[in-house]
Amino acid sequence: MTDTAMPQRRALISPKMLPYVLSLPALLVCIGILIPFVTAIYYSLQKYRMSQPWNRGMNWGENYLQFLSDPDFWNTLKVSLVYAGSTVVLELLLGLAIALLLRKRTPVNNFISIMLLMPLMTAPALAALMFKLMTNPNFGILSYFMQVLGFSDFRWGSSPDTALFTVVLVDVWVYTPFMMILLLAGLRSLPTQPFEAAALDGVPRLEQFWRITLPMLMPYILTAALFRLLDSIQQFDIIYAMTQGGPGDTLMVFQVEAYLNFFQSTNVGRSTALLLILWAITYVLSNIFVKNWLRLRERARGGA
Amino acid sequence: MYDKEKDAIGAFLRGEMDRRALIRRLGALGVTAGAAGTLYNMMATNAQAADFDWKKHSGKGIKLLLNKHPYTDAMIANLDNFKQLTGMDVTYDIFPEDVYFDKVTAALSSGSTEYDAFMTGAYMTWTYGPAGWIVDHNEWINDPSKTNPNYNWDDMLPGVRKSCAWNGVPGGELGSDDAKQWCIPWGYEQNNLTYNAAMLEKAGLDVPTNLDQMLEVAAAVQAANDGVYGVGVRGSRSWATIHPGFLSAYANFGEADLTNDGGSLSAAMNTASSKEFHAKWVKMIQDSGASDWSSHTWYQVGTDLGAGKSAMIFDADILGYFMNGGENAMAGQLAYAPFAANPEASAPTPNIWIWSLAMSKFSKDLDATWYFMQWASGPEHGLFGATQMDFVNPVRQSVWNSDIFRERLNKSYPGYVEMHDVSAPGASIKFTAQPLFFDLTTEWAATLQQMVANEVPVDEGLDQLAESMNSQLADAGLR
Repeated sequence: MTDTAMPQRRALISPKMLPYVLSLPALLVCIGILIPFVTAIYYSLQKYRMSQPWNRGMNWGENYLQFLSDPDFWNTLKVSLVYAGSTVVLELLLGLAIALLLRKRTPVNNFISIMLLMPLMTAPALAALMFKLMTNPNFGILSYFMQVLGFSDFRWGSSPDTALFTVVLVDVWVYTPFMMILLLAGLRSLPTQPFEAAALDGVPRLEQFWRITLPMLMPYILTAALFRLLDSIQQFDIIYAMTQGGPGDTLMVFQVEAYLNFFQSTNVGRSTALLLILWAITYVLSNIFVKNWLRLRERARGGA
Repeated sequence: MYDKEKDAIGAFLRGEMDRRALIRRLGALGVTAGAAGTLYNMMATNAQAADFDWKKHSGKGIKLLLNKHPYTDAMIANLDNFKQLTGMDVTYDIFPEDVYFDKVTAALSSGSTEYDAFMTGAYMTWTYGPAGWIVDHNEWINDPSKTNPNYNWDDMLPGVRKSCAWNGVPGGELGSDDAKQWCIPWGYEQNNLTYNAAMLEKAGLDVPTNLDQMLEVAAAVQAANDGVYGVGVRGSRSWATIHPGFLSAYANFGEADLTNDGGSLSAAMNTASSKEFHAKWVKMIQDSGASDWSSHTWYQVGTDLGAGKSAMIFDADILGYFMNGGENAMAGQLAYAPFAANPEASAPTPNIWIWSLAMSKFSKDLDATWYFMQWASGPEHGLFGATQMDFVNPVRQSVWNSDIFRERLNKSYPGYVEMHDVSAPGASIKFTAQPLFFDLTTEWAATLQQMVANEVPVDEGLDQLAESMNSQLADAGLR
């Protein structure tokens, strides 16, 4: 039996080929990412609008140079960074606060932490539509509350003054639990000895937080913030579902601008150039975070 | 069974009896409008078959890409007739409008052979045509071996038919002699007034007949009805905000989006008269529009009217049509009026949206697909849809001439037929056909939002808009 079975196995995948076969899925994924990436670079260096095929041709970076003098681009950059910055900071603060409240392992805390994950299960586009209904001036519950509080003309996503606040609110509702669960895991995994020693020495709770908890939690904070920042700078669904980037250009972030450029204007050159700039920003931000994360890890090891 | 009725319809189809005589005869035989339509359709299908080899592509199949719409529902309800007539099979994918055009763009730009024909708007063909994704349908329309003799292309309303034809030259006149028929009109929308008669009556107001009156009436009706705003118009950051009421009124004052100086296009919305128009429009929204106007698409404009939250809309007439039925709170209480914004204009000049059908250049069998196209856009299906389903507005004069159809409308939609008849002669696409259509109109809508929100004064906003548009036109080699 064994004699007949072994050659069959050999025939299926030879030991020489095995490493290649095993790495094939990863290789295919890499190819699947690299081909569109290289194609996007190629298109971004072209004047390429599908409705004007006769005008197509290489313009070697002119799309990028035009951004320098294009106020719409600078507005997009500003809005994207403000959106990403404000959502990450708010979600971090709220997530940390909730995680600190739920830090102790009790059945109630465990139950609440699981319940608080509910918004994460909601697709952001659906959450945006839900909030759009809740902020409807005719029947929206949030509009009603605002009227009760005396803000009778609060227009939520319909006014340039409050549109950013509205979409940030939706983002915070959806993603704060993400921050909370990562930081809670971090808090609960911290060694107990430093805290016990501090308690014995009578160090105040606030001092404990600044001197022990926060520094020890920093790698978790950086990891959570990095994930959210990379996601937030690419925001599309919440903003598009609520305001399509408006009113005016108030919420015209990178992805919405690139989407409209491609699907509506069929301006492939500008759309891909925008996405590559977004890629560059993402790359720089993630590098900064990863370097800091490594530095902290080194320090922690040194300290240990 | 139904032999006498069939004889009467047969006589009508042979031209031996006029419509009124047919209706009287069917009425005398106790046939309801619904049964008459079904019989007519069956007989018409048989008559079609007699004159043309409808079975030429029997056994073949085609696939359609469709938008979720009452026109689609009407076609599907009648599809068995086509299958029976031709022996062909038809499959389809239907997508909601939110994602529909993304799907079309993705399918066409990738050269996919999956779909043979699809629904489109005329504006979209200004991209699809030059990109080489669709065909010039004249090649089939003008070929008697491929088009049945009863198709009657000239029966299509001229303004609608021409609006779907463009020579591909930026700024080229729609429907010119050298124009290519990029799509076949299927159903269309004029932009006019639909109003809540009870609300206007409560305030003791007459239906406005020009823009100045609309501003006054909208403010007054809003003041007289609690929790109601005066006038619904679209406001989202989209090209679709510009094309309905806004452009219809704008064109009525003789204003244009662009000027064409020997092929060089320039923005035309920062003239003194255009600024005056914009200022009025902005004031109308600020004073009497929805408080969340900047998020209003056709859907919110329509549902607010249907729910009794707005007193009138200056938008697609068929939106008013649909809001006057179904489960809407205001069903049966809406009325219609043609609207010429300019007091000095002799008639309305509605800009129109045309749901059309187009064949994909990547179809595996264009001749077979054309069989479906000519059936779906033919007079028989048009009449079936208009009398049995909600296939309004028909694009064929013969359907508009149908007494059954007119009586159906007059019964439940007061003023609708008259509104259509008054404004149809001036109904056409008022935009300049050019490849940057979506860029420029979306930016126009964004500027309108800024002006309504008082972020920028009207004068300054339009100057900035024109400057930006001119720069984009120059960059695209159109100026």
